[in-house]
Amino acid sequence: MRGRARALLIVLALSAPAIPGAGATSASASTAEPGSLLPRIERQVMCVTCKIPLNVAESPQANREKVFIQELIGQGESEAQIKRALVAQYGATVLGLPGAHGFDLAAYLVPIAVVLALLGVLALLLPRWRREARGRASRASPSAALDASDAARLDADLARFD
Amino acid sequence: MRRRAIPIFVSLAGACLLALLIYGVSAQSASRTLDEQVAEGRYPQAPGASHRLPALAGGSAISLASFRGKVVVLNFWASWCEPCQVEAPLLEHTQSQLERHDGTVLGVTYKDVSSDSLAFVHQYHLTYPNLRDGSGGFAHSYGTDQLPETFIINRQGRITAISRGEIDQAFLNRAITLAQSS
Repeated sequence: MRGRARALLIVLALSAPAIPGAGATSASASTAEPGSLLPRIERQVMCVTCKIPLNVAESPQANREKVFIQELIGQGESEAQIKRALVAQYGATVLGLPGAHGFDLAAYLVPIAVVLALLGVLALLLPRWRREARGRASRASPSAALDASDAARLDADLARFD
Repeated sequence: MRRRAIPIFVSLAGACLLALLIYGVSAQSASRTLDEQVAEGRYPQAPGASHRLPALAGGSAISLASFRGKVVVLNFWASWCEPCQVEAPLLEHTQSQLERHDGTVLGVTYKDVSSDSLAFVHQYHLTYPNLRDGSGGFAHSYGTDQLPETFIINRQGRITAISRGEIDQAFLNRAITLAQSS
């Protein structure tokens, strides 16, 4: 039972990074220093023409997007407000997150389905592995016991060392 | 039976994931169906004709369908796009000619900050209508991915010529003549 719970925890831990945006929510605090806000937003949003994160993009559109973010930071806008403004200007693709409808939904559903499938496979395999392990142990135990002649020889050998 | 079921299930799941990946890649990439149809001389209906977009300068939303009966030079642009800056005077000149022959240039700006787009309109003294495609959905229906891109639409609302890149006077002359005669 404990082994199965441990396997479940391992599977969940391994699958967590696969869920889109799972780690991004913690980075959305709105109380950041203005100096650190620009690089953080640049890491989280996309250059909409080059389709790479804005912090590594170099293009006229990317440069304009960076200036736009800087202007909003200068106006004292929070991270959430800046992201909303970016979406209003460039569309939802600027966030680089899959949408919650149509094919994009697969990005959220597939990791969940994979985790459930893995759990199902584990639920099928774990009892079998445990049965097999128990069977091996019971087969191995008779041969592990010493017969009378071996025990006598071992006692004699040990006596020589005394 | 159960011993065989698991490998079969895993293989099926893998195949499903692979199919999903292939579908996703093909669905996300820009469609070139319009280009193929135009190249074959089968002029397709302009997509998203009833899609209403807000006018860049404010006011009520307009759809492409409201230009039915006119030759339309549909131009996707953004202020940061250098070829768009080059072709803006050419499009304005075309507008002055098309107006006399019941046609119009229709600009659609996207992936651009609206204040920059407006400044661009003022800088190049553009008099033709310009709309704003905030979500990019209208542009996506044309397979538009890069800027500028221009679609020539005839009076029946069919695309007769496409330029994915900067246009020149020769392209416009040829394409507009074709649209007017088709």
